[in-house]
This record gives sequence, C-alpha cells and structure tokens, in this order.
Amino acid sequence: MHSARMELAGWGRLTHPACDASRPERMGEAIRDFAAAPNIALHGAGRSYGDCALNADGRALITTRLDRILAFDADTGVVVVEPGVNFRRLMDVFLPRGFIVPVTPGTSFATIGGAVANDVHGKNHEHDGSFGQHVTEIDLLLPNGEARTITPADTALFRATVGGVGLTGMMTRIAFRMAKLPGARVRVREKRCGDLETFLTAMAEASDAPYSVGWIDGTARGAALGRGILETAEPVEGAYPAPAERARAVPFDFPGFALNPLSVALFNEAYFRRVPAEGRVRRVHLRTFLYPLDAIHGWNRIYGKRGFVQFQCVVPYETGASALRDLLGVIADSRLASFLAVLKRMGAGRAGYLSFPTPGYTLALDFPNKPGIEDLYDRLVGITLQAGGRIYLGKDALLDPYRFRLMYPEFAAFAAVLAEIDPARRMSTDMARRLRLQDGP
Amino acid sequence: MKANTPQTWVILGASSAIGRAFGRLAAQRGAEIVLAGRDLDDLRRTAADISVTTGQAARVAPFDALDTASHADFTAQLASIEGVLNVVLLFGTMPDQAAMDADPEIALDCLQAGLIGAVSILHRMAPLLEARRAGCVIGFGSVAGDRGRLKNYVYGAGKAGLHTYLAGLRNRLGRSGVHVMTVKPGFVDTAMTFGLPGMFLVAQPELVAAACLDAAKAGRNVVYVPWFWRYIMLIIQHVPETVFKKLSI
Repeated sequence: MHSARMELAGWGRLTHPACDASRPERMGEAIRDFAAAPNIALHGAGRSYGDCALNADGRALITTRLDRILAFDADTGVVVVEPGVNFRRLMDVFLPRGFIVPVTPGTSFATIGGAVANDVHGKNHEHDGSFGQHVTEIDLLLPNGEARTITPADTALFRATVGGVGLTGMMTRIAFRMAKLPGARVRVREKRCGDLETFLTAMAEASDAPYSVGWIDGTARGAALGRGILETAEPVEGAYPAPAERARAVPFDFPGFALNPLSVALFNEAYFRRVPAEGRVRRVHLRTFLYPLDAIHGWNRIYGKRGFVQFQCVVPYETGASALRDLLGVIADSRLASFLAVLKRMGAGRAGYLSFPTPGYTLALDFPNKPGIEDLYDRLVGITLQAGGRIYLGKDALLDPYRFRLMYPEFAAFAAVLAEIDPARRMSTDMARRLRLQDGP
Repeated sequence: MKANTPQTWVILGASSAIGRAFGRLAAQRGAEIVLAGRDLDDLRRTAADISVTTGQAARVAPFDALDTASHADFTAQLASIEGVLNVVLLFGTMPDQAAMDADPEIALDCLQAGLIGAVSILHRMAPLLEARRAGCVIGFGSVAGDRGRLKNYVYGAGKAGLHTYLAGLRNRLGRSGVHVMTVKPGFVDTAMTFGLPGMFLVAQPELVAAACLDAAKAGRNVVYVPWFWRYIMLIIQHVPETVFKKLSI
C-alpha cells in the first residue's frame, strides 16, 4: 500500500485531521489497500461538508482515480461506473446523447460513490426522488473482505449502504439508471418573493416544475424575513457542449474579516435586486443552472482558514412554515449568516435507512466558523427536532449522538446491519465516532 | 498524412494515470487505441471506458517492459493494424533513491524497465514504423534526466539515456517521415508522486496528455510539460557543478 501521511478535510474545512491515505489508480490495488488496512475511511472528492469521510490518525482510501465508466445501455439507460466517477464527466459524456444523471447534488465534482453513500438529492427531488432510488446494483466489498453484489431486493444491506455514509464497506461498481431529456438547456423562471409566506405559496404553486430551488436572504428580518428568489426550470432543447466555461479559482484563503454582516447584507441585497420585480425568464445551459458555484473553483476558501459549517435541515410540511420562521429568525439575529440560504421542497423519495429526505421544506446555509457558531447550530438543531425534522449527514459536522437518534427512526435497522457485517469496526470515520453510528440504538 | 487515414495510438504503459488520460483524449480526437501493459483487468476497464465514452475501438494487449524476449512478438501483432501507427511510451518505475542506494538490484530494475525496456521495444518497432512512412512516437523522459541530483539520480540516469536514445531515433525515423517527440514532464499528479514531500506546481494527467497530443501535432521535437519547466531546468542546468554537488535537491 503506497500511502502518505496527509491532512484530509471536508468541504467545510472545519477540521483537517492527519491520516494515512492512499489513492489507488487501479481497482486491484484498491481492493488490496482495503484489505490491508486495519481501519479505513473511504474518501471521494471531499465534497461532503463535515467529517463523514475523515478518519483522524487512521487510514483513508481516496477513490477519485477509480474513475472508469464501464458500460452503458442506451435502451435501458443503465450506466455502470467505478465509484470515483464524478457528475461532471457523466454530464460531459451523456448530455450530448440525450441522457442525464437522474439526480445530482449542487456540485458536479462530487463522486458517484459519495452520491450513493449520502443518498443525495437535487433540485428535482419532489419529482424524481433521491439518487439511491435510481441505483439498480452495487458491487460491495464488505468490511470482512467478502464481495457481494446487492440490488434493491437485498433490502437490509442495500438500505444500509445507500445513505450509509460509507460504513458498510467499499463500493467497487455502481449501476444506475440515467434519465432521458430533450436537450441540454433549461428554461428558468425567476421570481422575487418579498417574504416567507409569499415564498412558500409560490413554491407550492410551482411544484409541477421539474426543477425548483429557492434562494433566501438569511440576513433579512422583520417583514422581509424569508424574502428571496424562486427559480423553477424545465429542460428544453439546446445543444451541448456548453459555451466555453470561464472557471475562476479562489487563489487564497480570505481573511476572517472579509465576510462581515455588512458585506453579506450588501451581497444579498444585490442578489435579490438582480431579478426585476416582475420576474424574468431565461434559457441557460443545464450546467449553469445545476452547478452555479462550480465555475468558482475552491469557493470554500472564501470562508478563510477556519472553515465554515453548513447547516441543512428538512422540516415536515405540517410544522414547516412556523419552523422556518423560527429558524430564519434565529439566523438573522445571530448576524452570522453568510451568503444565500437555499430553500427547496422535498418529496418522500429515499432509498436508505439513514437517507435524509422526507416530505417537507429543506433549508441549507453556511456559517463561517466564528465564535458562537456551536451555540447557533445547537439552537437550529433544537428547532428542527421540535418540528419533527432532521439534519443532513452529508453536511453535518456538529450534531450529537442523542439528537441524531431522535431524528433517524430507522437507525436501529442500520445499526443491526453494521453489527452483523462489521462487528470489528474496520470501517472508521470521525462522523461514526462522533455520532456513535456503530453503537446500538 | 491524410486527415481521413485511420489513426491508432499504441499506449505502452497504459495503466499509468497519464496513459489513461492520453488514451481517452486520443480516442476523443478520433484515434483507435491499443492499451498495452501488465495489469489486464485494469486495461480492460480503461478500454471499456474509452469505447463507451467515445465510441472508438479500444483494445488491450499484454506487454511487459522487463520481458524483452516478448517484444518481437508484441511488435509483430501491431503489423496487422491498418492506417497510421502512433506510439506513446509511458512505462517506467521510480523507486525511492534511498532504497536503490541500499539495494543496487532495485537500481538495476529501474534502468531495466525505463531504459533497456524502452530501447528493446522501440528498436523492434522502428522498422515497422519506417515501412509505414508515417506516424509519431512520443517518448516520456523526465526533467529528472536533465541533471543528476542526489535525490533521484538513478531514475534520472535512465531518463537521460532515454533522451539521448530518442534524439537519435528522431534523426533516424525522421528520414522515413515518422516523427519522434521527447516529452520531459515536471511533477505530475500520479501514483508515482502521490504524497511525496517537496512536490510543487503539480500538473494533472489530463493536462499533460493534452499538451503532448498538441505538441506532437505541431511537430515539436522536445517539449517540457507544463512549459515552464523548461525555464526551471534551464536554471538548474546552469548551476556550476562545484556548487550543485553540494546541494541536496
């Protein structure tokens, strides 16, 4: 095993513990590395925000070079990939052929392995569900080295693996169904919403749109609380490739004072005013719509060396409006809010025991790592739990094991699978230790 | 060479990160691909990737640089390929210098693969390429071959030998319309360099592959990839030996 001592971090860069990492380029090597390590975490592109792919002082296997697309069947739309293939490549290869990944997170740099392990969702969750629901087959190397091929029919192991934050073993091959689409462009409708109630009503009315996402000004208070821009989109005809993309990189860590209540409020005001009061309709390339931040490489450096925390919760529709009001109120009062908050509607689609989605509103936003951040997160978690909601593990870095258990009622089933397949706890991550995911319920 | 003549790239050492990137890009630009190397399972995966994503034919051929006795048969197989034959030579190992200092056998293996293996296969392929009167050979040297350094001089010696060999081969094959290009990559983000201390200005394999294909198309003879290594090495080559021999770089 060619490993090197290095610091790995989640996208939020809140912690960057040292570990012994290897980055095999061949599957045979990966399997050997996996078997040889006394304990191991799987690490993809490092796009999960918290600590679900970190293993302080342990071993890590980086999957990004296991990046082959192994097969594609244009009749069924099923594509077979190694776990390190990312969304960007799948888009580049298949959009020109009229196929799209059925579900994508907000960055195309995430890997498919990570998408399965977090059972990610996208801007089309209400209609198309979570990523794991489109997975037809997984080759999984169990922690004891046994190779298994699992399908949705293998209920327990499949449901523990999808959304299982990498704790059931190493996926070596993933098959999933792509979706057809008419072209590589979307017609985007943007609408200003002056307050939360208007926003929620507009979102409900627009819920027929295939894609939908709301951007909320987390600094707005009082009558303007919850104001923002609602974007809905539908695929239309249009050629691929995209017009040449001008990627920019953030060249250094911003100093801590760059993000302050004034600069953030000014940015958010400008973002809100960008869309005319009567709204507008644009045709843009799918990539521009789906991955707005991918054109700025390393945007996480804007938050400086100390990193940031992303809070993402989902609250059920029944309690959601008042919970959102409470959450946004606490956020605005904290004066720690950063740029835009994202608000979306979610449907019931989920494929794993620890999958995040549940019908309701999901709210996500970043907080720079400044004093008071833990208390703020704690209060937001409290409101979420009170409303019967939950926190997204793919984003989380600060939740505690007790409230985690209250949020995830299927955890007992997950724990039972782990107890059976990994009693020795070879799979090892900072998140598993923090949330005691390998302990019983 | 006519634009519509079928092109084939034979990639020797195709399991390397640069080999994989090179195969993908050459296929994307319309060539058929032969992936040659030892790890056939890995090569089959890359071949599948290339055919699925580009629609170009990609096949796998067993090749072992150390097994020079097999090189004649390997070359004979290539004779059946129609159109223009192009070769990129990427194999080689870079053992830790300290390990080679402790065990000279490791040093010999390094030269055996990177230099002897290269001469063995290219010398056998040369008549085939000459007979075709077209095509291109890209040989991967290294900036390490430009000057013997404390940290990496056996590997560097093999690469220096390869540079000289390729220069002569360029002269020879050029007379038959076959172009030979020497590439001297700087640090590339591959398994060879992963986690090594002291790496800087590390280039991604995709960038190196693209730079090589473009430079070969432009008929360049010797290229540094990325380009700025030319100037870094210019400085390193001009440090007087009396000073250089005391440096620990």
